[in-house]
Amino acid sequence: MIGSVFDIAHMLAGGLVLVSMMMLYQDRLYALLNVFALHSLVLTLSVAWQALIQDAPHLFVTAAIALVFKTIIIPVVLHRMIRQLGIHREIETVVGVGPTMLVGLGLVALATVVMLRVTSSADPIAREDLAFALSVLLLGLLIMVTRRNAVSQVVGFMTLENGLVLAATGAKGMPLVVEISVAFSILIAFIVIGVFLFRIRERFDTVDVRALDDFKGRRRK
Amino acid sequence: MVIVSALFVQAFQMSLVVLLAPLLTGIVRLFKARLLRRRGPSLIQPYRDLVRLLRKEAVVAENASWLFRAAPYLIFAATWVAAAIIPTFATGLLFSWTADLIAIIALLGSARFFLALAGMDVGTSFGGIGSSREMMIATLAEPSMLLIIFTLALVAGSTQLSAIAVFMTSSQVGLRVSLAIALIALVMVAIAENARIPVDNPATHLELTMVHEAMVLEYSGRHLAMIELAASLKLLLYISLIACLFVPWKLVAFGSGPLAYLIGLFAYLAKLAAGGALLALFETATAKMRVFRVPEFLGAALMLGLLAALLRFVSRGL
Repeated sequence: MIGSVFDIAHMLAGGLVLVSMMMLYQDRLYALLNVFALHSLVLTLSVAWQALIQDAPHLFVTAAIALVFKTIIIPVVLHRMIRQLGIHREIETVVGVGPTMLVGLGLVALATVVMLRVTSSADPIAREDLAFALSVLLLGLLIMVTRRNAVSQVVGFMTLENGLVLAATGAKGMPLVVEISVAFSILIAFIVIGVFLFRIRERFDTVDVRALDDFKGRRRK
Repeated sequence: MVIVSALFVQAFQMSLVVLLAPLLTGIVRLFKARLLRRRGPSLIQPYRDLVRLLRKEAVVAENASWLFRAAPYLIFAATWVAAAIIPTFATGLLFSWTADLIAIIALLGSARFFLALAGMDVGTSFGGIGSSREMMIATLAEPSMLLIIFTLALVAGSTQLSAIAVFMTSSQVGLRVSLAIALIALVMVAIAENARIPVDNPATHLELTMVHEAMVLEYSGRHLAMIELAASLKLLLYISLIACLFVPWKLVAFGSGPLAYLIGLFAYLAKLAAGGALLALFETATAKMRVFRVPEFLGAALMLGLLAALLRFVSRGL
C-alpha cells in the first residue's frame, strides 16, 4: 500500500514536470493554453491525492480552486482574450524550441539536485514533491523569459504559481488561509494583467513586449 | 525433445511476425479509412499487393550497381531478424538471449544504412534527397532510442528484452514517471522511424515532403515487395516492442504449455490490433509537419529520453 501511495504521488508530480516541458514545446498560443489547462488539471489531481494521503480535507478546497479557476475559467478567458486581440495565429519565441528545452532540462536537473541535497531528512514523498515543484517553478520562469507575447508570459506566470501550489501541498500543515489568499492574489494579478494587456494593445497596437522597450528608448539593434 | 520443441516455438515466432506484418498494415489502413468515412481496402489487401509485386518483372535502372539489387534482401533480412527476436507472445525462447535492445537498434541501423545507400545508388535527385532526409531523421532518432534504452536498462538492470519484460511484469516495478516519459519518447521515435504521419506520409508520392517513398522510388517487382514487407515488419516490430516493454501482460514464460501459448498469442493479437487502431486514430487527428519541424519533434524526444534518465536517478536517490 505504501508503494502505491508513493507511486501515484510520484506519477502526478512528475507528470506536472512533463506537462511543463510540453509547454516549452508549444509555440502556438491556443496550443499553449490547452496545455496550460492540462497542467492545472494534473495539479488538481495531485493536490487531491495529497489531500487523501495526508488526510487533510482542506486541501480538497485547494484542489477545487485549481480545478475551477485554473483549469476552466482562466484558460477560457485567455482564449477569449486572444480572439479579441486577434493574435491567435502568432508564433513568437525568443529562442528556438530546441535550446529552450535544453535549458529547461538543465533547470530540472538543477532543481532536483539542489532539493534532494537540502531536504535529506524529510520523508520521500515531500522531498520529491519539493524537487518537482521547484522544477515546475523554474520552468514557468523559463516560459516567461523565452516568450515575447504578453499572453504567453501570463501563462508562464500561472505555471509558476502552479509550482508554488504543488510545493505548498507537499509540505504538511500549510494553513488554508494562506492558500486561499495566494489563490486570490493570483486571480487579482490575473485581472490586473488582463486590463493591462488591453491597455498595451490600445497604445501600441500589439501585445509584443518589445514595443515597451522601444517606448522606454532602449531600442534593440 | 526439449530442444526440438524450443526450436519449434522459436520458428513459430519467426514465421508469425513475418506473416502478421502485412495484416497489421492492413488493419492500420482499414481503421484509417473508416475514420475518414471511407470503406477502405480489405484486410488482406497488403498480402495481395505483395503477391502481385512478386509476380511482376523487376525493372532496374541502367546504371544501378549490385548494391541496388542486394539492398532489398539485406534490408528485409535485418528487419526480420530484429522483429523475430522480440518477445511477442512468450518470453525466454531459445534465441531470446540475442534479443538485446542495443543489438536490435544496430540491426535496424544497418537496414537503414543500406536503404539510404540504395536510394543514392541510381543517382536520381529524389533518391538523394530522400536519403539525406532519412539520415537527418536517423541522427536524432537513434540517440533518443538509445537514451530510452538506457533508462529502461537502469530500471530493469538489463538490456535484454526478455529480462526487462519479466521484470516489468513483476511487482518490483511501480508507476514510475521516468517510465512514462520513456514511453512517450519511444512512441515519438517509433512514429518517426516508421515514417508515419507527423513526420512522413506513407500514402503519398508528393515530391516536396516524401522521405521514405523517395528512397524506394526506383524499386519495382520483387525488390519493392521485399522493401514493403520490411516496412510492415518494422511497424510490427515497434508495436511489439512497446507492447513487450510497457504492456507485458499475458506474456507467458517459455515451457508453460500449448494452452498458455494460445492465451499469449491472443493477447498479442489484441495488443497489435489496439496499437494499430491507436496509430490510425493519431494519424487521422494530426497534420503532417514540415520537414524542418522534424528536428524539433525528434529533439523533443531526445530531451524526454534525457529527462527520463535524469528522473530515474532522482527516484533512485530517495
